[in-house]
Amino acid sequence: MLEAQIFVTLKRSVLDPQGETVKSGLHSLGFGGVEDCRVGKFMVLRLSETDPERAKGQVEEMCRKLLANPVIEEYRFQFREVAG
Amino acid sequence: MRVGVLVFPGTWSHQDFAHVLEDVVGVPWGFVWHKDTSVAGYDCLILPGGFAHGDYLRCGAIARFSPVMEAVVRFARDGGPVIGSCNGFQILCEAGLLPGALLRNVSLQYRCQWVHIRTENRTTPFTRTLAPGQVLRLPISHGEGRYYAVPETLGAMRERGQILFRYATADGRVTAEVNPNGSLENIAGVSNEAGNVVGLMPHPERAAEALLGSEDGLPLFLGSLGCALKR
Repeated sequence: MLEAQIFVTLKRSVLDPQGETVKSGLHSLGFGGVEDCRVGKFMVLRLSETDPERAKGQVEEMCRKLLANPVIEEYRFQFREVAG
Repeated sequence: MRVGVLVFPGTWSHQDFAHVLEDVVGVPWGFVWHKDTSVAGYDCLILPGGFAHGDYLRCGAIARFSPVMEAVVRFARDGGPVIGSCNGFQILCEAGLLPGALLRNVSLQYRCQWVHIRTENRTTPFTRTLAPGQVLRLPISHGEGRYYAVPETLGAMRERGQILFRYATADGRVTAEVNPNGSLENIAGVSNEAGNVVGLMPHPERAAEALLGSEDGLPLFLGSLGCALKR
């Protein structure tokens, strides 16, 4: 079985007030070295598909059609083998 | 002449729209459930506010795939008048019937307050009962109303007159201070290229009677009904 790990974040050009707020929180805690912070979504899918190429095509389509909104968001994903 | 008010699981403004259509405007109307596959018999469609499908994933993202939306898209492509308020606006953007998207308010806070919006384009069927630059006083109630479109889209919308309303002061000045959610260029409402699909964050259905503090939402109802009648 394949597990897809999908990361969705706002595009660089889109203001992320959540990320800004978390960044200033980290600064208040003394982590002054944090230069930027973006908050996004992390989704984990278990797929019955075992062929990595076909799985890639499917997840790409899922991201395009539903999991991310291309107007405001960008996405990336990776796979790992898991026991069925 | 019959108006369809769409209801998704989690929609909450449909009863307010129904009340205005029935008791204030006096036109036939009916609820359209999100599992219906046809909007036959309706001349104008309204997508009310709320939290359709819990707004899970993104506002409007799941509602867009409700069975009824295929019929709504066909109705809109045929030139049928469609108006979305608040969550309805978000659904129309997700469905690709309107350009752009609505993001989390820049304050990260839910905003429930009265706002003023200035009429930027009154040549669309929905806004033609308004005067140029007319300021309307309407309530907003949303956590995700920050309008965004990529610069090229925004430029094209400006040229084509698709920006219908901007947040403004009571005397019609568009300033950063009165922008309640961080929308680009204070945008509160837009239309598609053809002008028959309109979305706005404020709630006209909550401002259609003097008793409730404002009647400024009424012209939008009358504009959309007139638009349906003309077809």
